[in-house]
Amino acid sequence: MPTEFAGSQYVIEVIYLVASALFILSLKWMSSPATARHGILAGEVGMVLAIGGTLLRHGIIDWTWIVIALVIGSGIGIPLGMVQMTAVPQRTALSHAFGALCVTLVGTAEFYLGTQNASKLGLSVLSLEVILGGLTFTGSLMAAGKLQEVLPQRPITYKGQNLVNFLLFAVAVVSAVYLVLHPEARQLFPVVVGVSLIIGVLLVIPIGGADMPTVISLLNSYAGLSAAAMGFVLNSKLLIIAGALDGSSGLILSVIMSKAMNRSFTNVLFGAFGQVQASAAAGEEAKPVRSATPEEAAAILAAANKVVIVPGYGMAVAQAQHKVRELYDLLTKKGVDVRFAIHPVAGRMPGHMNVLLAEADIPYDRLIEMEEINGDFPQTDVALIIGANDVTNPAARTDQSSPIFGMPILDVDKAHTVMVIKRGMSPGFAGIDNPLYYLDRTLMLFGDAKQFVGGIVRELGGGH
Amino acid sequence: MGINLIDALFVFMLAAFIGFEVIRHVSPLLHTPLMSLTNALDAIAVVGAIVLVGEKKSTFATVLGVIAIIAATSNIVGGFLITDRMLRMFKTSRPAKPQATKP
Repeated sequence: MPTEFAGSQYVIEVIYLVASALFILSLKWMSSPATARHGILAGEVGMVLAIGGTLLRHGIIDWTWIVIALVIGSGIGIPLGMVQMTAVPQRTALSHAFGALCVTLVGTAEFYLGTQNASKLGLSVLSLEVILGGLTFTGSLMAAGKLQEVLPQRPITYKGQNLVNFLLFAVAVVSAVYLVLHPEARQLFPVVVGVSLIIGVLLVIPIGGADMPTVISLLNSYAGLSAAAMGFVLNSKLLIIAGALDGSSGLILSVIMSKAMNRSFTNVLFGAFGQVQASAAAGEEAKPVRSATPEEAAAILAAANKVVIVPGYGMAVAQAQHKVRELYDLLTKKGVDVRFAIHPVAGRMPGHMNVLLAEADIPYDRLIEMEEINGDFPQTDVALIIGANDVTNPAARTDQSSPIFGMPILDVDKAHTVMVIKRGMSPGFAGIDNPLYYLDRTLMLFGDAKQFVGGIVRELGGGH
Repeated sequence: MGINLIDALFVFMLAAFIGFEVIRHVSPLLHTPLMSLTNALDAIAVVGAIVLVGEKKSTFATVLGVIAIIAATSNIVGGFLITDRMLRMFKTSRPAKPQATKP
């Protein structure tokens, strides 16, 4: 350690210490919508302090390229911050990719500069950093591509997929270990990075849309852990703290998501998610369903006292959230108690439905979590399901042979009347038939979610 | 400059526990903004890239560092921006809601 600049070095470390505290406060304030915006401010101040402090480091001899890169990065960041709310899942996946890219590039540069190569420990952590960073980078890019629908959303599977992934992972780890033991074998480093990049792609291609909330959370966690590994390599406590916070946040979200899908956490960790559920081809016989028109649906809703709306990914796809808000306004004005039941994995990322409904100006105290609202369904007059399927499937409670048996669901079938807005009778993402649709109390409302809700709104508005 | 592994592990362990405790209390309502916020904070990795570029040790390192700064900065700016936009949308039900714009 140089001693001549010890004074300024201390100042910088104190700045990093303050920034770390601000980061923790930032997350703490996120716990409630009332304080959450303070959280952003704390995070921003911490970030500016940390970057400013870094620029003061004595080793920095030239700011030109730093400033140019900061400006270009901000230029890219602004449009990425202004995307539509429906595009938030793919934006999030893309930002995981950018975060991991940064970590991987810095790790690669550090390797070729050779700062860590003398110590086995340094090289081990560096390898961990680029393996995690590499697979998170390509994995997140794949996830973003699937969410943006530039890649097929359907899971792509082939025989021996898990074996291939495992072997590749083994190649990466063995190469890394060999590299640590024999640092002169520098040609192995590109192998470690390259194989990690391939693993990222292969891990995410078998994953379908419904598993995206878990996968995005998991990639979030990996991105954080790779940044923490970078903190170990660079001996930066600030980075370790930020990475650990991000890693634990992603981990908690993954656990919540996997519980909400009744998957064990190890099942999720080792990439067994998205396995094809081929068992559902059986029930071919056309069972009778009752359907209704927007006029009939409007009459039933207007006559109800308590309505619970269950939004799902279909609502996001149809961009129906603003029409749903109009419906909410009209019903509320008529004195109907309208609430929204939010399943943890509804949509394509944790909290997806909440953000969409908040965007449409629906007050957040009307958005109720699954555990809280499930007890209220027996007293609910109408459960209106908009673009959700598997999260309402009662087979998860009763049918042991169902692939989703055991998954916690919204007990909509206990409501007096169930209305389901759906394009047609095709089964949901997982290819599982939903017995809810054949109940006597269920009315199928066939059509595009936005148009159908619009139809109900016209009908309700016209009568008043 | 070697790694003080034990110190670093202590820091990591404590930060992970703080992370678990703090984030457990985040309402599911805010899980999406939480993710975009942690993403922005995670982009603090930019400090590593800044040092890399500023020290100008090799052209290769500088080029990688510049790309890394661009990637991380876009996360910082975009992440804070979108988190703020999302949080501004979360409103509680007010008693007198002005019923304006209706076609």
